[in-house]
Amino acid sequence: MSPEMKGFLLVSVIKMLAVFTVILVGVALLTLMERKVAGWMQNRPGPNRVGPFGLLQPAADGLKNILKEETLPAEANRGLFLLAPALSFIPALMLSAVIPFAAPWRMDFDFTLPVLGRFVHQGFMPMVVADVPVGFLFVLAVSSMGIYGIALAGWASNSKYSLLGGLRASAQMISYEVAMGMSLIPVLLLSGNVSFSRIIAEQQAGLWFVAPLFLSFFIFLVSGFAETNRLPFDLPEAESELIAGYHTEYSAMKFSMFFIAEYANVVTVAMMVTTLFFGGWDIPGLRGWLAEGSGLAVLVSFVKFFLVMFFWIFFVMWIRWTLPRFRYDQLMALGWKVLLPVALAYIMITAIAIYVLEYVLGVTDRRWLMGGLTVLNLVLAVIFFWLLDRGTIVSGSVARRERLLADAARRRQGAAPQPSYAAREAVPGASRATVTG
Amino acid sequence: MAIGVKVLSRPERQVSYVRATLKGMALTFKHMFQPRVTQEYPEEKSYDDVRGTYQLAPRWRGTHRMLTDEQGRSKCVACGLCPQICPSNCIKLVPGEDEQGNRYPLIYEIDEFRCIFCGYCQEVCPEEAIHVGQHYENAEYDRARFVYDLERLQSQTHAVSTLWDPSDPKGE
Repeated sequence: MSPEMKGFLLVSVIKMLAVFTVILVGVALLTLMERKVAGWMQNRPGPNRVGPFGLLQPAADGLKNILKEETLPAEANRGLFLLAPALSFIPALMLSAVIPFAAPWRMDFDFTLPVLGRFVHQGFMPMVVADVPVGFLFVLAVSSMGIYGIALAGWASNSKYSLLGGLRASAQMISYEVAMGMSLIPVLLLSGNVSFSRIIAEQQAGLWFVAPLFLSFFIFLVSGFAETNRLPFDLPEAESELIAGYHTEYSAMKFSMFFIAEYANVVTVAMMVTTLFFGGWDIPGLRGWLAEGSGLAVLVSFVKFFLVMFFWIFFVMWIRWTLPRFRYDQLMALGWKVLLPVALAYIMITAIAIYVLEYVLGVTDRRWLMGGLTVLNLVLAVIFFWLLDRGTIVSGSVARRERLLADAARRRQGAAPQPSYAAREAVPGASRATVTG
Repeated sequence: MAIGVKVLSRPERQVSYVRATLKGMALTFKHMFQPRVTQEYPEEKSYDDVRGTYQLAPRWRGTHRMLTDEQGRSKCVACGLCPQICPSNCIKLVPGEDEQGNRYPLIYEIDEFRCIFCGYCQEVCPEEAIHVGQHYENAEYDRARFVYDLERLQSQTHAVSTLWDPSDPKGE
């Protein structure tokens, strides 16, 4: 093995250990943060019994979960039941391998160890575990794998609640996967590459994509909530209907793994939002101030990445403790009737806008190009939110349309239109006869 | 349409998703900085609550207390009214009489496990000797310890309950 290869392996292993340790510990701490945020939003202090400010609560939870009894339902499919938690846990962790979390670090070393031999590393080291050229596609592919774990857990448990939860999860994740993938096409159109490093470089050259691709960002965020099964889209584990959904029958550490997977997915979504729409580790003007590749630049860029990511994690929790759960038909209506068509239309609009700006008007400067797109997006966002705000898109559209059609038909026959819901309520018995009769 | 979902057609002008969501988020965010309402129990107790937020009501009926006279003897004259009225039959009273003919309790025991803390004993007592108190921490390691004898009832120091007075229902 060449010394360069050994050097590469060395830094890769160190990065791997660092990233996965941070992710696993961070995810444990997120469970505490969730409970703290929940407490604060309900005027409570949150858990504060174990350790200072309750910081050791995750350790206590972990210990408890390891010591608890592992139950296995009778007639459950043993193999799949044991496999499912791992299947949802591993993809959730794998995703964090391809997301760059800091500016590249210039690292030159050349040393020899007694048994292992000579290690050499020259030049910039990308601060990502695996700088995959197709990182973007990798994330989309692997994030869809998590659904296998959930669907199998639901099926293997031999329980009606689990099965319903698993079914809901599959339906929901497949529906929103489409909108999510479609919402990211404009990012590819604008950056022209599927590597995360290139997407970040493109944002450095122009603007953070949140401005020129605001609708993409919005659709991605909403689909991200659905993908991670977080409120307001947590129908797979709706406790009021399904006990705990797909993990009803799981106990002890196997339940914990589903729990960790959920938070790891939240971290991934926050990382994706940061990388794709908020420039990742990029700080505008950082290159002028700090030497490229210096340790300080790496640190500062990491802090920026972390803060933005942290904000989006908080945002996910904020939404959770604000909004109630969607009804199932509303969830499907939002996914298929709103987000998917809007995402598709947005691809067309962005493509046409880029073509017009770049080839018809001849805008070559990235900043001007993205500025133009930003203006377009402001207009589109106002129209989109105005339409979305009129509630009936998601709910009530079917009933309303049918009522309008029926009214029109009655009017053609010369009869009075059917009174509205409120009017029917005001006259007791007016519409009851038709219901019972 | 094969499967019908009952959907209420709500008045369109009153329905909003974006505005309602933002409003809700503003509300929850505001709550993060509001004072906490939790009483952190082992550290903050209702007895010594200075702010008065969690203070026990003056009519709180808790652990019993036997009041004593200036000589340190119990005020009880062993009339037998409290075991008579006690609905859960938790008071054990054996009366005695000294040379001057003063009655006093030879044995006076209250089983706090059986007691339902109705406060009838305090209400019925003609000498204002037995009282229910503003106290609630009764945990013991041994079931036998829940039977309070006369000495233990006399050594309690907590405030006694001011029972509800029908002629002054609001306690003014």
